[in-house]
Amino acid sequence: MSSSSSLPSPTPPSSPSSAALHLAVALDSAGWHPAAWREPVARPDELFTASYWTDLVSEAERGLLDFVTIEDGLGPQSARLSEPDGRTDQVRGRLDAVLIAARVAPLTSHIGLVPTVVATHTEPFHISKAIATLDYVSTGRAGLRVQASARRHEAAHFGRRSFPKLRIEDLETPALRELIVDLFDEAADYVEAVRRLWDSWEDDAEIRDVATGRFVDRDKLHYIDFEGKYFSVKGPSITPRPPQGQPLVTALAHESTTGAPFRLLGRSTDIGYVTPHDVDEARAIVAAVRTEQEAAGRAEEPLHLFGDLVVFLDNDPAAAVARKERLDALAGYPYTSDAKVFTGTPVQLADLLQELQQAGLTGFRLRPAVAGHDLPAITRGLVPELQRRDAFRHSYEADTLRGLLGLARPANRYAAAHA
Amino acid sequence: MSKSTSKPLKQIHLAAHFPGVNNTTVWSDPEAGSHIEFSSFAHFARTAERAKFDFLFLAEGLRLREQGGKIYDLDVVGRPDTFTVLSALAAVTEHLGLTGTINSTFNEPYEVARQFASLDHLSGGRAAWNVVTSWDAFTGENFRRGGFLPQEERYSRAKEFLATANELFDSWHGDEIVADQASGTFLRDAKAGAFVHKGQHFDIEGQFNVPRSPQGRPVVFQAGDSEDGREFAAAGADAIFSRYSTLKEGQAFYTDVKGRLARHGRTHDQLLILPAATFVLGDTDAEAEEISREVRRLQVSGATAIKHLEFVWNRDLSAYDPEGPLPDIDPDLGEHTIARGRAQVRMYRDPLATAREWRERAAANKWSIRDLVIETGNRQAFIGSPATVAETINDFVQADASDGFILVPHITPGGLDGFADTVVPLLQERGVFRTEYEGTTLRDHLGLAHPDAEAPAERAAS
Repeated sequence: MSSSSSLPSPTPPSSPSSAALHLAVALDSAGWHPAAWREPVARPDELFTASYWTDLVSEAERGLLDFVTIEDGLGPQSARLSEPDGRTDQVRGRLDAVLIAARVAPLTSHIGLVPTVVATHTEPFHISKAIATLDYVSTGRAGLRVQASARRHEAAHFGRRSFPKLRIEDLETPALRELIVDLFDEAADYVEAVRRLWDSWEDDAEIRDVATGRFVDRDKLHYIDFEGKYFSVKGPSITPRPPQGQPLVTALAHESTTGAPFRLLGRSTDIGYVTPHDVDEARAIVAAVRTEQEAAGRAEEPLHLFGDLVVFLDNDPAAAVARKERLDALAGYPYTSDAKVFTGTPVQLADLLQELQQAGLTGFRLRPAVAGHDLPAITRGLVPELQRRDAFRHSYEADTLRGLLGLARPANRYAAAHA
Repeated sequence: MSKSTSKPLKQIHLAAHFPGVNNTTVWSDPEAGSHIEFSSFAHFARTAERAKFDFLFLAEGLRLREQGGKIYDLDVVGRPDTFTVLSALAAVTEHLGLTGTINSTFNEPYEVARQFASLDHLSGGRAAWNVVTSWDAFTGENFRRGGFLPQEERYSRAKEFLATANELFDSWHGDEIVADQASGTFLRDAKAGAFVHKGQHFDIEGQFNVPRSPQGRPVVFQAGDSEDGREFAAAGADAIFSRYSTLKEGQAFYTDVKGRLARHGRTHDQLLILPAATFVLGDTDAEAEEISREVRRLQVSGATAIKHLEFVWNRDLSAYDPEGPLPDIDPDLGEHTIARGRAQVRMYRDPLATAREWRERAAANKWSIRDLVIETGNRQAFIGSPATVAETINDFVQADASDGFILVPHITPGGLDGFADTVVPLLQERGVFRTEYEGTTLRDHLGLAHPDAEAPAERAAS
């Protein structure tokens, strides 16, 4: 990776004194703070251009990050749970995340690309081939972040189902809990259908046998015959098995009384994003997800757990606090998040990450508060600091996302079944 | 030089169809590469852009074809996702239009409109949509709602789908994003993207969340020779495919479809007629004929010929010898079950008549089954030296039999290279094809106006 030489004074790799961690960034328009777009670095009039996204992902790749996720949604952004908020002082509107990832793929070479897909209103057949194709166009760097949506205004954009109006105080009611369980279980079915479709072609199905005139060996193409509560899919995919075999499936799960989000991680994902606010909470979350993983019969399979943090990074800790306060004043309210909001220096963040890592997290997904400021602070400040501590890679050690995460290319379930 | 005429020479439009899932594509040639790897698509797109083509075209199919209850294994099988590969191609090209075939039966307008608007943003205004409809429950088995519409309603859904998508595209006018950092106004209007659509197939409302894209709306293509198809295209499409045929038939089609535009309040230049066409080049016309014969035999193996006959006969004909005479039994006129996922089966609306005609032609010419299929299908549209092909294409366009062609080479991904290197320069010498792109968007290349967001959205709905 030639760009690694541009990092400030990289220390040569030595025997790791601490376990290496994985790092991803979550990209969302101008950044995660609602007033991020007002920073001079923000380029708010370019948020809908290819060059904006290419620049962000290229910066993340210069920092040797494992992958980027790209936020998405099937309706305008809103501070409210189930309806538009009518605000005109924040970024509204966004491009399809899978298409952004595909647009950036040919212009990058190592970093993983993980767009958000909404399971609730889309077709597993379409998404399966879209992510498989993202894996082809990126030569093995694709993943997806699956999301369930109970937003009633998004449902109204499809007109096929309706959800109740949600208020924060309703979150503990039985009806709502039932809805949440249902949506997450549907998302798990969705992932299962997508995964089967990825395996519906064996790796060597294309034979091009001139002697018999057969292009494929039809015995190596498989109907998936998925039957779930909400949909069924026959298969096989129209797209051959992607380079990674199975692109990475990821999801964000908060603590919840239903347990459904953690169950989704345990059953269905390769990476779970969780939102602990301290080490004790991290330990409890890790234990809860591992329990679900065991219950799903996947105890032996690798499942990365990444801690999510919103970050304001400056070399002077007071500057980070002041920046947050300045943006909060512009937004008109103090910014809070499901994830811990960190303000401080790259060195302080490195300390925190290593401390949280002790609880069993294998990596972190950082949400830059201001993309144009905090992403470079991650790649040029945090990353060199972690490298100095031998806690992060000094160059890309693999060409695929699975490779970067130490995940083997999985065997094809159907090939294994009839072998 | 084309015939002398007082009219100025028409400019030819050319596009490149990535060869796909049918027996036009010769996969057995040693030069045939991957039809899945991105490098193939990138090579193909760069060739088309080097040749200053208007656009690249991708077909679609949403279920693997079957014949006799088994997955069809003689042709290329498998293709990538249309939106994803087009968006990636936007990264390796600068001018080339990117046309995707997207089904209106197994998608929802909000999602498809988002994808096309996103592709248009990410490509700087190069997106186009070939609107198709699916007719079979067979394909529907891959989707949540299955084969949920009777055939006659799929067409009305397609029309309403396109109209709804246009309402979504037009829900942003293009001036809503202020992004004024000083005042803190991002949006001029909190209701940007607001829409309400109440119709037979869609009852949706809310806010579209992709701002107006460089082209306003993607360019819309419509295929179809039927009365309904012609009318749909005349009402709302920017371009229509026809099948390549003789000059006379081409002119009749052209006159008919262009003649329908006025009734929809549209002018002659608002709808382009672009037939798909195959080609074979040689150093001489004789050499091209020779190559063409070889290509056709590669395209139609004995097994392929039998399978092709089954499209018409709707019976298992595997017991017949492809080098022998045609079956003397008649086609099964019941529901078509032998070949599934095939557009071709619909071409033979009167199987009895087709079978009778084929038997007569084969007998008269002493053709085997394979000879018959080779002779009746897969005939290359343009065969000859580069000079002959350039002249034929130009004559066809100048005589108003089309506005250009969507070229389908028989080899992936290098099948366009020869055309780009030899035929295109000849067309450029004649002054009938661009030597440089004059604009940046696909609408610019096609000479289509950029739609005004205020224009009535019903245009395509009527």
